[in-house]
Amino acid sequence: MTDSVALPGPTPPSARQQQRNAFRRRRTLRRAVVGTISSLVVLGLLVWVVTSAPGWPRVRETFFSANHARESFPAIRDAFWLNVRLFLMVELLVLPLALLIAVVRVVPAPAMAPFKFLAAAYTDVFRGIPTILIVMLVGFGFPALGLSGLPTSLFWLGTIALTLSYGAYVAEVIRAGILSVHPTQWAAGRALGLGYGQTLTRVILPQAIRNVTPPLMNDFVSLQKDTALVSTIGLVEALRAASVYQASTFNVTSLCVAAVFFIVVTIPLARFTDWLTIRSMRRQGGR
Amino acid sequence: MLRIDGVRKSFGDHVVLDGIDLHVKPGEVVCLIGASGSGKSTLLRCIDLLELTDDGDIHLGDLELTDPALDENRARARIAFVFQAFNLFPHLTVLQNLVLGPRRVKGIGRAEAERRARELLTRVGLADKVSAYPDSLSGGQQQRVALVRAVAMDPELLLLDEVTSALDPLLVAEVLEVVRDLKGSGMTIVMATHEMRFARESADRIVFLADGRIVESGPPEQIFTAPRDPRTRAFLERHLG
Repeated sequence: MTDSVALPGPTPPSARQQQRNAFRRRRTLRRAVVGTISSLVVLGLLVWVVTSAPGWPRVRETFFSANHARESFPAIRDAFWLNVRLFLMVELLVLPLALLIAVVRVVPAPAMAPFKFLAAAYTDVFRGIPTILIVMLVGFGFPALGLSGLPTSLFWLGTIALTLSYGAYVAEVIRAGILSVHPTQWAAGRALGLGYGQTLTRVILPQAIRNVTPPLMNDFVSLQKDTALVSTIGLVEALRAASVYQASTFNVTSLCVAAVFFIVVTIPLARFTDWLTIRSMRRQGGR
Repeated sequence: MLRIDGVRKSFGDHVVLDGIDLHVKPGEVVCLIGASGSGKSTLLRCIDLLELTDDGDIHLGDLELTDPALDENRARARIAFVFQAFNLFPHLTVLQNLVLGPRRVKGIGRAEAERRARELLTRVGLADKVSAYPDSLSGGQQQRVALVRAVAMDPELLLLDEVTSALDPLLVAEVLEVVRDLKGSGMTIVMATHEMRFARESADRIVFLADGRIVESGPPEQIFTAPRDPRTRAFLERHLG
């Protein structure tokens, strides 16, 4: 084909095709314009409804005061650092714990029976108890036991409580992931001569974790917010710092400042999750 | 009835269809043959608007399928497509698979849609599988269900994309039997296939594709006994050999 008439590049589109392309471009533009206008109208309406409410001036002063925001900001920022440390530490501990629990629950070995029972009991109990209650039980109960070796620092007590609670949730998510991998994958792994454990770690778990990345990340976003629960045992994290300010000034702006801190850290995680999901879909789907 | 003129399609730098012209008459059965990657499936997918063409015109009767302002669903209600991998809905029974399209797209009443579905299932020997779920059927049975699911929409045009490629040889026959039966009832069919014997016996016209072009087309006897192009000859030798 190369030695025939020299064609410069691909065939130029026909006149009809140029019309089609132009039509599609116009349609894309029209859709973008409609989308933008409808977004502006909806947002505008929302803002108008809220700001035209009779109580708005007072609400703005109590909830969204720039002065109070500026004043409370440094204390909340410093306290929020504790939320971040808690979150990172709990996440680090939750993953191996949950993985262990999930694997124990799916492994068929009869010798594992008592551990399977314990693992099932753990997920049932800790998913059943409100997280705030677990935080209080651990935070007040552990020190009261007076056992030597148990940590007494509030940070570690908070960490233990959140890990216990979220370990149960995440274990169930991972177990669902393992069960979602098609049974033929087990067969394919075993047929290659891989043992049960090898099949699990090399074939099943990588697919399982990928399948449940979105709900897993969902749990971590939830965990970021629930770090605020440790304020109940006296830790001064962002929410506590904000309510201290609120109690002394009778202005709620500080709580909104704390809310913004939580939002700011969860949004990147949510976008990161979307990106991960799309990437793995694209990789496995070919195009 | 189906008119394809100068259709082009590339995936990135890879040219899959390089100017295809093909006109199909009502009631005609056209078999597309050619090596894997020659563009058979892509052509079928372009006709059913599952892929967007880069250039060229496709008409179905008075309807221009390549018109960007076209309502795709309206067009697809007149065309039926059967996939290599069956693509039955696993959460629905055989009967539910069959009545979904007629009821939701064509607005046919439940009783009427079910009566017609049972009739079609009887015709392909699956009357007893009405309430079975697709995964409990053999590949051949699933593909027969997929065929009647397509036919239940009363399409003007039936597109078959290598419908027997995922089946073992024993099951191929029962599926091709259904296709032959459909031809007998006057259905217009364009099918991509590797079943040379079936193509030779049942097609009205054979179209041989290579490198995204129609190399040769004509009645089966001519293509199989006296192919003009050396590429057709080489392909047939390999497949009939």
